[in-house]
Amino acid sequence: MQIYLPIADIPVDMFLVLGMGLAVGFISGMFGIGGGFLMTPLLIFIGISPAVAVASVASHIAASSCSGVLTYWRRRAVDLALGMMLLAGGILGTAVGVWLFTTLRALGQLDITIGVSYVVLLSTVGGLMINESIRAILREQQGKPMTLRRGGAHTWVHGLPLKMRFKRSKIYVSAIPVWTIGFIIGFVGAVMGIGGGFLLVPMLIYFLHVPTATVIGTSMVLTLITMASATVMHATTNHLVDAVLALILMVGGVIGAQFGARAGQNMRGERLRLLLGLLVLAVGLRFAYQLVVQPGDLYSIRQIGAE
Amino acid sequence: MKRGIAIATAALASLLSAAIPASAERLVTSISRHQVLVTSSFTGTAIVLFGTIEPDTPASRRRASGYDLTVTVLGPKQTVMTRKKERLLGIWTNTDSRTFVNVPSYLAALSTRPIELFATADMIRQMQLGLDSFLLPQQIGADVGDPGPADPFRTNFVRLKTAHRLYSQKTNGVTLLTPTVFRTEITLPAEAPIGSYEVDVRVFTDRLNVARGNSAFEIVKVGFEQFVATAARDYGFFYGIAAAMMAMFTGWFASVVFRRD
Repeated sequence: MQIYLPIADIPVDMFLVLGMGLAVGFISGMFGIGGGFLMTPLLIFIGISPAVAVASVASHIAASSCSGVLTYWRRRAVDLALGMMLLAGGILGTAVGVWLFTTLRALGQLDITIGVSYVVLLSTVGGLMINESIRAILREQQGKPMTLRRGGAHTWVHGLPLKMRFKRSKIYVSAIPVWTIGFIIGFVGAVMGIGGGFLLVPMLIYFLHVPTATVIGTSMVLTLITMASATVMHATTNHLVDAVLALILMVGGVIGAQFGARAGQNMRGERLRLLLGLLVLAVGLRFAYQLVVQPGDLYSIRQIGAE
Repeated sequence: MKRGIAIATAALASLLSAAIPASAERLVTSISRHQVLVTSSFTGTAIVLFGTIEPDTPASRRRASGYDLTVTVLGPKQTVMTRKKERLLGIWTNTDSRTFVNVPSYLAALSTRPIELFATADMIRQMQLGLDSFLLPQQIGADVGDPGPADPFRTNFVRLKTAHRLYSQKTNGVTLLTPTVFRTEITLPAEAPIGSYEVDVRVFTDRLNVARGNSAFEIVKVGFEQFVATAARDYGFFYGIAAAMMAMFTGWFASVVFRRD
């Protein structure tokens, strides 16, 4: 069934978009991520302009993370204090990201920036995840005990000033790395149309030693607030949020996420991380291929004004 | 007396438009729809233009050759950036670009036959008949001009517009049902922008442009589509707040519906 999108100004097959929402929602529920890094390229692939795709996916991620936050909140698995500190950096990062997005769009270099960022970010993160999960699987097969993180292990991050105590996560860290992580997530989210969950969770674990009990719920709080504010900022500055497109994606996404979450519970953690790593790397390589291989059309047109 | 007024009108018309000779035929056109409504199920449409050519003067009634027509449809003007990708440090990136200033967003050049069979080269150029002769001014440095149909940016701009079915040329797009009655179909893709469209009809015979007429129609978004588009453009902040609220409501709703604890 064709439906006309009022902002993207093209008709799309409603069931195709709903199906994409379901599929990405399934993956996001399974791995506990927003899935923006999959959704944005898919939308671009079906002919929606990258700018509209990035802006609309922001609200789609807000919806799926909202559903997640409420579930984790009931289980008391959300560290609100930590989330708010991350947010302080996140809001600033989002504002800088939206500004950069607008500037690059005016310069005609938005597509290439999104492309290169996807390649660098996804290949790196995907590679690291695969490496880490394969090591874990091998260790397990050799029968060696898991090297558990020692409780009092300190890195240079813990030497920074402005220390704060986060009760629910049971950590005592400096506010500086917390703000920095928030800023990075907000920034990449606004520029690349991704929630950054797949970046934030490992960062919180490796740099701040946030326990696994609260890491996903807290990550989702940040994703929810940054993506909701990215929606408002994109709508205010670029007028590119397609509410109809976003609604179809949301409905598919939240339903898919429920089934994905059930599928994920039946899998072992390191297998799950390996799968996610492969997926992230594959998307990264897909973007690399697109940048390196000569495009089918060297020319492109874009309206910049009307009389 | 009536005849006297007709002659006076014809004389005035010839004064106003020197290109059209005094022995002009009269052109009457009718368009099937003056308004195209874009709703959620809009996937493009077609508009039919009918018309008759009425030989008014004894001289025009004696014409030996038949009539030929051109119908040019112009959509709202827009400024478009055309960019070219080149390989830079191993990756393909936008390098060169040109801006097309106030060019029609939609352009259909329809005619009964290939234009050069019934119009002179001068007429084709002056009246901008056909896609190749239509002036598409580009911003080149401080100047604005059309470097001609061989320009690679122009060629590719027209090619991309044609691929989106926004620009078209059909040399069999106008059908003469009888020697003086014609019909043409204007196809509008879903991507055709909102705004007013002009239709310019010219009648040719003996390599002369003997009559000219115009018509118009508009494409408007209605109902929900119009509401969303206007809200997004004029009240961006509140629209954004509404979109964010919608997202949170959807999320909350899902967490309630699928709650298992």
